[in-house]
Amino acid sequence: MTSRRALVADVAVLVFLALYAVPFLWQVLTSFKPEAELLRVPPLWPTTLTLSHYEVVFTQSAMPRALLNSLGVGVLTTALACALGVPAAFALATLRVPAAGPLMLGVVASTAFPQIATVSPLYLVMRALGLRDTWAALVLADASFALPFVIWLMTRFMREIPRELSEAAALDGAGRWRTLLSVHLPLTAPGLASVALLTFLFAWNEFLFAFTFTATEASRTVPVALALFPGVFEVPWGDIAAASILASIPPVLIVVGLQRWLVRGLLAGALTE
Amino acid sequence: MTARERAERRAAIGFVAPAVVTLAALTAGPALWVFWLSLRQRVPVFGIDHFAGIAHYAFLATDPRFWSAFRVTAVFTVASVALELLLGLGLALALRGQRVGRRAALALLLLAWALPGVVTARLFEWLYHPAAGLVNVALGVALNWLGDPALALPALVLADVWRTMPFVALFCHARLLTIPAAVYEAAAVDGAGRAATFRFVTLPLLAPVLLVTLLFRTLDALRAFDLMFVLTGGGPAGLTETLTVYAYRSLFQTLRLGFGSAIGVIVFVLVMAVAAAYLSVLRRREAAA
Repeated sequence: MTSRRALVADVAVLVFLALYAVPFLWQVLTSFKPEAELLRVPPLWPTTLTLSHYEVVFTQSAMPRALLNSLGVGVLTTALACALGVPAAFALATLRVPAAGPLMLGVVASTAFPQIATVSPLYLVMRALGLRDTWAALVLADASFALPFVIWLMTRFMREIPRELSEAAALDGAGRWRTLLSVHLPLTAPGLASVALLTFLFAWNEFLFAFTFTATEASRTVPVALALFPGVFEVPWGDIAAASILASIPPVLIVVGLQRWLVRGLLAGALTE
Repeated sequence: MTARERAERRAAIGFVAPAVVTLAALTAGPALWVFWLSLRQRVPVFGIDHFAGIAHYAFLATDPRFWSAFRVTAVFTVASVALELLLGLGLALALRGQRVGRRAALALLLLAWALPGVVTARLFEWLYHPAAGLVNVALGVALNWLGDPALALPALVLADVWRTMPFVALFCHARLLTIPAAVYEAAAVDGAGRAATFRFVTLPLLAPVLLVTLLFRTLDALRAFDLMFVLTGGGPAGLTETLTVYAYRSLFQTLRLGFGSAIGVIVFVLVMAVAAAYLSVLRRREAAA
């Protein structure tokens, strides 16, 4: 009988979590509702489902371009942070880096810096470099929080690799870059995948920098386009719902399809003390 | 220092240099520069740029809007972090024995956390709609959640709890999975009931995780911006305006870079104070252990 009770408890938890997702699921349903039925609730379920809101978003809004911008900025931020962060983490984990202690403290502390404090100096930097309203501005600004995050977690992962392996590689005549590429990188690949995934997600979701450093469709990312979604006379709730769902595609894919890597990356930040 | 050590040092510097230079330019530099900016009167559109000393801070000390934003930030942080920890802990305990649909459960749970803050703001704006919002329909009331001075801040807190409780639940859940069954068997042999087991076995083992999530969540709540900026815009009548929203408005809507930076510095100091307090608690715990 215990097993039946356990099953009931499991199902109860799943039902609760399905209810917990209702704010999102309700938006999914809204995005398929005919315009005329949006403000008529109840009934909860519409008489027909329509793709017209998605049509409007794809043909008459800034979202298609914003999706491209977000994808580009997310991928480039992740690539930049990993390209700079992984060698630094390798050195911090395996070599005697001068002032390694203060450096690591600075890296960890900077993951806590509030964006609202660094946004005004960064704004002046972007203006001076003529980067306002470009992908480059967003990639550099996002790297300011992505790079410390990558260094912090990758240093942790690389410290777990036994010293004997690097020594063996050195005896085989491998240089330090060679050791990084053929020993440390393959062994920390799952960790790196998690870190890259989270970095991409942070960049995809980032709003404050993107809102500040962009001015036109040329560089506006998805959160900015969604925040500025235009309504001429009345709020286009159906179109906004469709745009929200499009903005949620990568997070949903990550949570459903790449859950293992997401969870590993999240927990690495706190549980391996 | 031997030749080999010198070579290792040189190599190490080569590996960290690109990252260090980038961090200096994009993270450490701006973090220091903002303190200097906060001491200047700087309004780029009018070409104003001169030293102002502590004038901005002196103004803020008696600025009712600043103290209102300070209070809103404090209430928002305390209320949402407390609720998240309680609900997250409860859900983690409920998830402990989950055998059926564990992946689906985690996906449903983490979805709310993984969405962009702006999407969350849009979801709740629609849920709180006075005429067609699901909240009013479900409760059978006709409240203007985001427009009512008494309801706007609780409505904002609720949206934030929805978004971040999964983070707490996941951390507690992961820690619970690592507690060996033998610990609970021993407690049962000793005749400990459910309440006693929770109080004397589970809770102490969860304490370090609760402490670290408390830190992460407090820092994030103090820094939060996107949710309130899009959901309420600080309204009605400034009643949900946090320090971050006030800073943003000053920086980029009234274009007073020096003044806005001063508010940013205050958020910065608050965040660092919380982190320092956490470190000292951690050190005391380690010394006691």
